Amino acid sequence: MIEFSLRHRFAGGAELAIDFTAPAGATALFGPSGAGKSSVVAVIAGLLAAEAARVIVDGVVLTDTAQRIHVPTEKRRLGLVFQDAKLFPHMKVRDNLRYGLRRAPEQTIGFDEVVDLLGIAPLLERRPHTLSGGERQRVAIGRALLAQPRLLLMDEPLASLDAARKAEILPYLARLKQTLALPIVYVTHAMDEVLAIADTLVLIEGGQTRACGPLGELTARGDMPLATRDDAGAVLEARVAEHHPARQLSLLRAGPLALWVPLVAGNLGARLRVRIPAREIILATEAPAGISLHNVLPVLVVAITLDAARHTAMVELGSGEARLLARITPDAVARLGLRPGCAVLALVKSMSVDVLA
Amino acid sequence: MAGRSVAIGLPVAVVLAWVLARCRFPGRAALDALVHLPMVLPPVVVGWLLLLLLGVRGPVGAWLNDWFGVRLVFTTAGAAIACAAMALPLMVRAVRLSIEAIDPGLEQAARTLGAGRLDRLLTITLPLALPGVLSGAIVGYVASLGEFGAVITFAANIPGETQTLPLAIYAALQTPDGEATAAKLALVSILLAVAGLAAAEWAGRRARAALGYRR
Repeated sequence: MIEFSLRHRFAGGAELAIDFTAPAGATALFGPSGAGKSSVVAVIAGLLAAEAARVIVDGVVLTDTAQRIHVPTEKRRLGLVFQDAKLFPHMKVRDNLRYGLRRAPEQTIGFDEVVDLLGIAPLLERRPHTLSGGERQRVAIGRALLAQPRLLLMDEPLASLDAARKAEILPYLARLKQTLALPIVYVTHAMDEVLAIADTLVLIEGGQTRACGPLGELTARGDMPLATRDDAGAVLEARVAEHHPARQLSLLRAGPLALWVPLVAGNLGARLRVRIPAREIILATEAPAGISLHNVLPVLVVAITLDAARHTAMVELGSGEARLLARITPDAVARLGLRPGCAVLALVKSMSVDVLA
Repeated sequence: MAGRSVAIGLPVAVVLAWVLARCRFPGRAALDALVHLPMVLPPVVVGWLLLLLLGVRGPVGAWLNDWFGVRLVFTTAGAAIACAAMALPLMVRAVRLSIEAIDPGLEQAARTLGAGRLDRLLTITLPLALPGVLSGAIVGYVASLGEFGAVITFAANIPGETQTLPLAIYAALQTPDGEATAAKLALVSILLAVAGLAAAEWAGRRARAALGYRR
């Protein structure tokens, strides 16, 4: 659990007013460059002394300007991963990894475990300048983890990597999140990283918190800046319910919603994260007949937000806890007579369900 | 004697270089100017200032003499101190440049990994500044060999004790038939200078290659 509050005015006049509370798990700070995300990281790490700030991680007060508490960075026990790996060039990979480990008070995350988790065993005897960008970043993550941090702070860790290197590291991050019960604060301006890692999303814009909440909830809101993106779409936490190898289909369940998708890997009961792009959803008041479609989901209209710039309407849909977001034309909203509270059918092609991890 | 001068001067130079490169405090500019003073002052003035400060009647010299019975004036140790004072700006410069070239992000990373100030200096800053420290040592050594004004003022010209190369050459030139001796000494001086510069270059290259910098 992380409690964060920051008020700061920079010499240049820029102001920050950022607050959020994040439960355990991975919290993504998402927003455009220059929005103040990195200042949040600097304040959490104790590298920036703000005019007014409060940082509490799992009940430990790291910064509280009101009580004049400021734990020095080296005593905070935070694993910080920078955009460029910042490996020590005069040490082998092994010694880089051990640097924080040797200075940690106790050891709960083991050396071999981390080396194994990040797949860096073949690199141990090498020097940082002989590694590729992706390898370097994996070593940097390992080094931060081995310092036995109470929180892993990642400031755009993949921003300097190309798409291929990024795709190489993302699975390691997802695995790490599942294996180690370690809170993560992850700063990024890339949506794919948010979708792969975040449980909680904090939207930051112009030095202010725009919203803070569970990823599934915020991605399904029609009135969020996320909804104006081309790739808007709700994220759902699902479980594998059935495999039908003969039909080459799997059935996933997200709350009361049942989703047919092309056969996926994963045992029955395994957790999967899926995303349904808003523009791929069709709304209907009657079930269509004689159609290739598999997913006809009975839902209720929760809210309708008009996006004037795009001449579209964002329709939030709900079924129990599960939320979906559909982008349709305002004309369709009028023709179907959609209003909050209406029962409606959401039609989703099985191909349109992105299975993330 | 030149070796002792480096041994005295280098640690001081490293600390000063680190303070000037990485710390921000009032009086930093004044300290910077003070360190560079021997470079712009005539060496004889530096020697005379040392004489005032460390002479048997000087504030520090008297204290050393009374409490420890140590006399620096007209001794080898004194000559080494005079050389160290003269070589200090050169050494500080070399070390400081290499400290300033280190990415502060590396020290920040060490900090987040739990390393305190002294820990970071010893495990990150100094090893990475090693090329600068080495070349500072070599430049300091060569400069100490060639010191004239400050040494003759503070420690006089005592053969085998406080005589540096230029002092010996000067002394040789003052004696009849000393030309041959002076020429030999001058040759030694040239060889030492060339060897020193080459060694500095080599050490720098080795260290940079080990750190993976491209040449």
